[in-house]
Amino acid sequence: MKPRHKRLALVAGGVAAIGIAVALILNVFRSNLVFFYSPSQVAAHEAPEGRSFRIGGLVEEGSLQRQPDGVTMRFVVTDTLKTVPVAYKGILPDLFKEGKGVVAQGKLEADGVFHASEVLAKHDENYMPPEAADALDKARKAEIESQKTLVMDKSSGTESGK
Amino acid sequence: MQWESVGQFFAMGGYGRFVWGSYAVTAAVILIEVATLVRRHRTLRRRAGRSTATDSNGSSP
Amino acid sequence: MAVNWFKYASPQTFYPLAGRLVPLFWLLAIVLGAIGLYIGFFVAPTDFQQGESYRIIFIHVPAAWMSMVIYVVMAAWAGLGLVLNTRLSSMMATALAPTGALMTFLALWTGALWGKPTWGTWWAWDARMTSELILLFLYIGFMALQAAIDDPRRADKAGAILALVGVVNVPIIYFSVKWWNTLHQGASVSLTRAPSMANAMLLGMLIMALAFWAYSIGAALLRVRSVILERERHAGWVRELPPG
Repeated sequence: MKPRHKRLALVAGGVAAIGIAVALILNVFRSNLVFFYSPSQVAAHEAPEGRSFRIGGLVEEGSLQRQPDGVTMRFVVTDTLKTVPVAYKGILPDLFKEGKGVVAQGKLEADGVFHASEVLAKHDENYMPPEAADALDKARKAEIESQKTLVMDKSSGTESGK
Repeated sequence: MQWESVGQFFAMGGYGRFVWGSYAVTAAVILIEVATLVRRHRTLRRRAGRSTATDSNGSSP
Repeated sequence: MAVNWFKYASPQTFYPLAGRLVPLFWLLAIVLGAIGLYIGFFVAPTDFQQGESYRIIFIHVPAAWMSMVIYVVMAAWAGLGLVLNTRLSSMMATALAPTGALMTFLALWTGALWGKPTWGTWWAWDARMTSELILLFLYIGFMALQAAIDDPRRADKAGAILALVGVVNVPIIYFSVKWWNTLHQGASVSLTRAPSMANAMLLGMLIMALAFWAYSIGAALLRVRSVILERERHAGWVRELPPG
């Protein structure tokens, strides 16, 4: 019985020690596990400057435009607080949509525009039939409308995203 | 049901090769695993019966 | 309890029991799989943003869940074998590893085929995908280590240590989408909140998950029968088995 308990203690201790070690290592490498930076992080100069990185957020509604050259797409990535304009030459993925998630790889140039070499769509975890999505959309718009009237009643200028 | 024809079903709204590529490989992997498992057990079982006569020295597979 | 579980802790008594359970679990897997696929393809509606491509979810999520569950169960058996020195526990761990590796491969494969049409890429080095890939390497490492050591007892011990160390990767996979910015979306189904899926979609996915459970248990039980025969081949009871 005794050696069995000892072995159990050793195994438990070993697992705990390794677990803590790995947790620490992960904490150190946390920054390297960042897949993308948000526009707020870019604004705060947390994103790497002068080299390539990924930016992630939502495509701002109504911001997508094709440039006169016919191949360059311009859109604005937002996290509802800050925005970053993006230019991309290429074909956008099927699920790329205004108001939906996006992750773009590229470099922030001196003109303040993020020149992307790759654009990926980041969809959310909601799955439903189109009719349900439409109903939800309508309900949300109605709610926003009612909030707007409330805001106007209070004559307050601040209006935040959801 | 959302499929109006067999063709529509296999097209999967234009995503056919992705959807069927997933399902085909999954089916293949499962069938191969089952076949391998059944064959391995059958071989070992036959060998177990055979070693009754002489103590075979290390006929490891 | 009426059943004496310790009776089944010996390979000799577990071998015939496993033999009776394998067809049972596989029958269950076939029935559940048929129901799940029917719901997945003929009842579940088209998705509002992904169209029909989302139907990969009915195998992707069950395979990904099983890849993590099997690893935890495998490590638990291996740990039990290490602590209690019970032969059958270590054999169970050995038997689970290949099925777990296959489930991990399927999760990665179906994920790539799903990522291409939706995200626009087969693969990205984000935390979710990278940690799932590490899981595949852990399974392969476990199997390679066990195969590399001739003495089964020492192989069990070395494998158990690797399996137990690797367990830390499982919560990392699961929570990666919460802890870090990932391309992979968050969980649609979790214990803490209502699922963000339409009912038919969710039902199909859960039934497919049960089918994957049943299949994996059956596969592991059949494999453990082979492992028992291999390791106990010099034992009297194995030599007296009727040819089957």
